[in-house]
Amino acid sequence: MARKSYDKQNPAFYALLVALIFMAVGPIILMLSTSLKLTVDIMSDTSSLFFLPTIHNYETVLCNVLWYEPQGLDYCNPTFGRALGNSLIIAITSTILTLIIGCMAAYALVRFRFMGRDTVSLVTLMTRMVPPAVLLVPIFGIWTFQFQIDGTRMGIILIYVAMNLPFVIWILQSFIVQVPIQLEESARIDGAGPLQVFFLIVLPIIKPGLAAASIFTFRIAWNEFLLANALSNRNTRTVPVTIVNSLTEYNLDWGVIMATGMLLAIPPIIFTFVASRQIITGMTAGAVKG
Amino acid sequence: MNTSLANRLTPYMFLAPAAAILLVALLYPLGYVFYAGFLNWNPSQRIGQAEFVGLRNYINLFHDESFRESFFVTLRFSAIVVSLEMFIGVGLAFLLDRNIRGMSALRTLFILPMMISPIVVGLMWRYMYHPTVGFFNRTLKSLGFEPMPWLLDGDWAFASVIIADVWQWVPFIFILSLAALQTLPQSVMEAARIDGANGWQSILYIKLPLMMPVLVITFLLRLIDSFKVLEVILVLTNGGPGLSTEVMALRIMRTATEFRELGVAAAMSNILLMMLLLLTVAMFLYNKATEMRAMRLKNIAAEEA
Repeated sequence: MARKSYDKQNPAFYALLVALIFMAVGPIILMLSTSLKLTVDIMSDTSSLFFLPTIHNYETVLCNVLWYEPQGLDYCNPTFGRALGNSLIIAITSTILTLIIGCMAAYALVRFRFMGRDTVSLVTLMTRMVPPAVLLVPIFGIWTFQFQIDGTRMGIILIYVAMNLPFVIWILQSFIVQVPIQLEESARIDGAGPLQVFFLIVLPIIKPGLAAASIFTFRIAWNEFLLANALSNRNTRTVPVTIVNSLTEYNLDWGVIMATGMLLAIPPIIFTFVASRQIITGMTAGAVKG
Repeated sequence: MNTSLANRLTPYMFLAPAAAILLVALLYPLGYVFYAGFLNWNPSQRIGQAEFVGLRNYINLFHDESFRESFFVTLRFSAIVVSLEMFIGVGLAFLLDRNIRGMSALRTLFILPMMISPIVVGLMWRYMYHPTVGFFNRTLKSLGFEPMPWLLDGDWAFASVIIADVWQWVPFIFILSLAALQTLPQSVMEAARIDGANGWQSILYIKLPLMMPVLVITFLLRLIDSFKVLEVILVLTNGGPGLSTEVMALRIMRTATEFRELGVAAAMSNILLMMLLLLTVAMFLYNKATEMRAMRLKNIAAEEA
């Protein structure tokens, strides 16, 4: 940030900016406000900017995980609460596993010069290319008949780790390359083993890379629908799967659906606000710097 | 002796888990889907019990009206979506490449649409397109216009799906082209200004050509991703009305889960994979070519210096 002073702009420019911001976040705001409305308010003819916000829809979907008994709820459907738990477990576990395994592999690739960065780039590109839809048939067949891990959380985690590994290895590589080798050598001389060097010297330095990689992995594991749909059963369904299932009902309760959508959207939104810099780094790394 | 052995084994130890997982859960499935494309296989059979039918699935697909329809829907969708997004995204980048307060906050807001789940994007837009309570028809009605059949008519549904995708992915192109713009060498801009180039000229003849490598990669990345779009369309229209929005990814899913023909679904998957493979190879070659050129230029500059 060399330039500290800001240029003065035309008022029309600011009007355009406001319009753009409105377009970008408008649908999200609309979803939030709908999730805070009662069905009567949603269906009423007068389009309502002013309404009494209520968390009733959230209470309805989260009824079995709340610490209190929600008022005015006839019966409690535990589907969503369970799915939320599954989603959290699956996304967090697969993120942690991907990071650990990816980190080790990236470190070995950089320090011991197995394959050039070109090979890894190519593999990353190749896997980025594979659509989840292509994996649907083989993953279903293999997981069901050969590994017999269909319907388990572990099965879903395995495929998420595999899908994310190439990208994570690739992005961590670019961070590990920047760790000065002298630092590691001096630690070696002081008597640290290879594992100690890795965990105590390298890991702390590449924290920003780990942040970017973990956000990307979490986002994919948290948002993924197709493979989770094929691999999960009643007890292991994730949030995207339950949302799509609930859409087949004849009479959609938009307030409740929007509340589930909002709950699914909240973690990525938080990450975006906390770590937008790392996200943009991760996104541009591939195209802009090569 | 023991420690040197341990040292020699360390890299393999570090690589082994990643290699094992990629082999078992990514390479093996890809080989499996290639083989499954030659089978007449339904989900209740093990793969060994399925009948080997050679190229029959591919030949049938070639004659299958509805597959051809979804093939062209996919091509049309990708072509329209990517060109619209490139146009709007790059345009916005030029427009907003200014020294203003709060640029990073703005970028944060702009990346929100692509961070949230495609399922949620589908939900939001489905609600906005709702025939009676949706935002669009409400607005039209309050302005005194007729409501539109957003998701109920084939052409309208196709357009609606495109609008939702453009909303979600313009930010991607915007962010990448803005990053490219801001890394352009200042000296070139200065020189252009001194030579009297106006805004349009400097964009057309200097900035765009200099950004071209990034733009081509962005274009190809986005094109590859646009072939993978599934969830937004699934939630919005489920491929309908008719087959008007049924892209190939969705067709694969329905063939596997609704029609229970895994062999046919595998054959479709392979066709989709082939198309994407071509695009990826193109991208890799382009990357290599620009790298080589940059290297050559650097060498020439080094020799002259």
